[in-house]
Amino acid sequence: MSTAPTLLSVEGLSKSYGGVHAVRNVSFALQAGEILALIGPNGAGKSTCFDMLNGQTTPGAGRITLLGGDTTGKKPREIWRLGVGRTFQITATFPTMTVRENVQVALVSYGRQLFNLLKSTPQFARDEAGRLLELVGMSGYAERPCGELAYGDLKRLELAIALANQPKLLLMDEPTAGMAPRERIELMRLTAGIAREKSIGVLFTEHDMDVVFEHADRILVLNRGSLIAEGSPEEVRRNPQVRAIYLGEGLVYDARHREGAPS
Amino acid sequence: MAFYFVQFLTGLASAASLFLVASGLSIIFGVTRIVNFAHGAFYMLGAYVAFTLTERFSGALGFWAGIVLASLVVAVVGVLVEMVLLRRIYHAPELFQLLATFGLTLMVQDLVVMIWGPNDLLGRRAPGFKGAVEFFGQNIPTYDLFLIALSPIVLGLLWLLFQRTRWGVLVRAATQDRDMVAALGVNQKWLFTSVFALGVFLAALGGALQIPRDAVHHALDLRIIVDVFVVVVIGGLGSIVGAFVAAVLVSELNAFGILIFPKISIILVFLVMAVVLIVRPWGLFGKPEAAARRTPGLTVNPWRPLTSGERLAAWAGLAVAAMLPLVGGNYALTVGSEIAIFVIFAASLHFLMSVGGLASFGHAAYFGLGAYGIAFLAKMAGLPMIVCLLLGPLLGCLGAAIFGFFAVQLSGVYFAMLTLAFAQIVWSVAFQWVAVTGGDNGILGLWPEKWAAGPASFYWLSIGVAALAVAALRIIVFSPFGYALRATRDSLLRSEAIGIDAKRIQWTAFVIAGTVAGVAGALFAYLKGSVFPDSLGISLSVDALVMVLLGGVETVSGAVIGAIVYKMLSIWLVSQTDLSKLVLGGVIVLMVVAFPKGIVGMLETIRNRRRPELPKPAVLKSGIESAE
Repeated sequence: MSTAPTLLSVEGLSKSYGGVHAVRNVSFALQAGEILALIGPNGAGKSTCFDMLNGQTTPGAGRITLLGGDTTGKKPREIWRLGVGRTFQITATFPTMTVRENVQVALVSYGRQLFNLLKSTPQFARDEAGRLLELVGMSGYAERPCGELAYGDLKRLELAIALANQPKLLLMDEPTAGMAPRERIELMRLTAGIAREKSIGVLFTEHDMDVVFEHADRILVLNRGSLIAEGSPEEVRRNPQVRAIYLGEGLVYDARHREGAPS
Repeated sequence: MAFYFVQFLTGLASAASLFLVASGLSIIFGVTRIVNFAHGAFYMLGAYVAFTLTERFSGALGFWAGIVLASLVVAVVGVLVEMVLLRRIYHAPELFQLLATFGLTLMVQDLVVMIWGPNDLLGRRAPGFKGAVEFFGQNIPTYDLFLIALSPIVLGLLWLLFQRTRWGVLVRAATQDRDMVAALGVNQKWLFTSVFALGVFLAALGGALQIPRDAVHHALDLRIIVDVFVVVVIGGLGSIVGAFVAAVLVSELNAFGILIFPKISIILVFLVMAVVLIVRPWGLFGKPEAAARRTPGLTVNPWRPLTSGERLAAWAGLAVAAMLPLVGGNYALTVGSEIAIFVIFAASLHFLMSVGGLASFGHAAYFGLGAYGIAFLAKMAGLPMIVCLLLGPLLGCLGAAIFGFFAVQLSGVYFAMLTLAFAQIVWSVAFQWVAVTGGDNGILGLWPEKWAAGPASFYWLSIGVAALAVAALRIIVFSPFGYALRATRDSLLRSEAIGIDAKRIQWTAFVIAGTVAGVAGALFAYLKGSVFPDSLGISLSVDALVMVLLGGVETVSGAVIGAIVYKMLSIWLVSQTDLSKLVLGGVIVLMVVAFPKGIVGMLETIRNRRRPELPKPAVLKSGIESAE
């Protein structure tokens, strides 16, 4: 993996709100094709970290380098243009459009046709949208209003939207939150499969340790804003500090087939 | 120097009423999330009732008791309104709440004329405050000094009420999270009612206290509501301190603006508001609003382009309309042209509202600017009609580009208030800048050239342009731009995350809508042969909103049907009754409560019900809201 190019590197990232250090001096890197999990108990700073990476929050200090360019403090849409796909903890889609149209809008934006007043969008990149929907197993739902999809299907749709700009990096904030256990495993298998096939780097936060240990190549552990451990799932699993944090919270992460409660 | 000081004090005195009304609006908004458009109406009612009561009761005690009693009476009216109307629409989209309360305003306008007559009424001077204090040769009315002292006292009392009483704690809690307060077992219904009563009381008191200073008349409501909207936009909706500071600021700007730009003093307030909006879009003391979630359950019918059958039907409809000159007389043709013009106007607003989710309450500004554009080009530059028709709407386009830039920085109720304030500003400029616009006398003698002068040829021109405009807007709805605009309406978060610059998209949409409205205004100027400030006025903006609502907000081209039905109805109504505002206001309120989908929306729903249902996925989207 050391031969793969570095997609994302973060150096000394910090953010504080008032006197609270939400994120303190966090540094890490992510290679192409790598699946990296960012875990930690509630309030560890995962979401703040994530929001800084995708431009929703301006970092207090530090530097974010994406695909070789400095993206510190850039807007979400500028970061998207560099080839970053994004899914949200609570899905964000366009409820009044059909499933296919949701993907088509993303393709319109990717094709830089946003200010085109004449072309007919229902015909725009129809097949391309169809292919993306097929990839996430949503072909059968293409003409359905997005507003009536089940939650698990919305998550798949979001993945299809996130793939529309042929991203090199996917940022997924709790991709399986709010899903039934079986759906979680399916969605992560799907994501991991796509990422490996297209050599997309994936950074995700997650509370479900089954998902994390099954799919992550590497794990970062945040606690109270600082990185306390980093390594392969096996290393992190054995790390006494991590055990203390999680056992202290009463979570047993090697228990299989646990009925998961999100967040 | 003394002169400026006195001017300053006059400004402070004017701030008192403004503060009372604005704080009432803010308190109501904080808890119920309703921007009460009818607040100006309650202010006006306060003034009228106080006029009657202070005339009836004699003596100093009678006067002051009359003022307080009047405010209480109006507060009771407010309670009735809350219980009968507002309780039904707390969960409706913002636009519907604004419209319903506007409908109330219209009804009150006719009611006060019915009860108190159309003439200005001069109230009693306040006993004990009839004189003036001399200050370096300048006179300051003592009543002004009383008002200056009053606002900080009211501010202090409100602070005590909210900080030191159990009720105040509940109100503050509900302002932060009303669902949580309800979950804790507080009777929300009565909390809302009491908050509304307090807000209305403050508005009515503001009105009642004005009677020694100002004549009471039936246009007070709109005048104050625009000022109040400006105040809460500057101060921050929901903040009482913000209302106080901004009321003082706006009143002082008005007081000194008169000295600097005597003709168009309102420009100064506008400039300050623009600066505040750029620096702090949620106002000086306001907090950024959490992005509003779309109200679920309203949108059911996905949009699609016309099928070939429907397209054929549209052509057939146009062909039938084009045959009107064969059967109709001149009057019918003039009415037909007017309807066609309003189809254009309503379609332009519909585009902004339905596709962009941007409910403009001042769309008439761009209609009127288009009309004045024609007047300037034809009368002053003497250009031929066809050139005027092409260039005139550009004034609407320019206005939309300037105001739209500021308006799209905001969303929801702030957007509505700001667009309304802008329209009022354009209206006052047209009204006050007599040298250029002719003021109230308007600009006359704008007749079409020979080729379009006959009623039939002008009618054909109008429906031709209307058909073109509606078709063009439909094409844009289904263009990539239209989808991008819908995307910003559906989910700002997601649209930003797929590279859409929401503000630029919305601004462009605003300019498109403003230009099309300008086209309608341009034709209107030729139809009437003149331009008056009325064509920039609030009532025209509201006409357009009602047309859109009547046709169906959630449809692609409902405004066409809405405009035709509404225009015919209102022309008929004006010929039948003197109380057209009362009836119209009642219709608006009824529509919001009973038929929020509009005519076209209802037809679509009926048709969809007849069709066999698609098999629905097993789990519906109920998970979205609860899953965290």
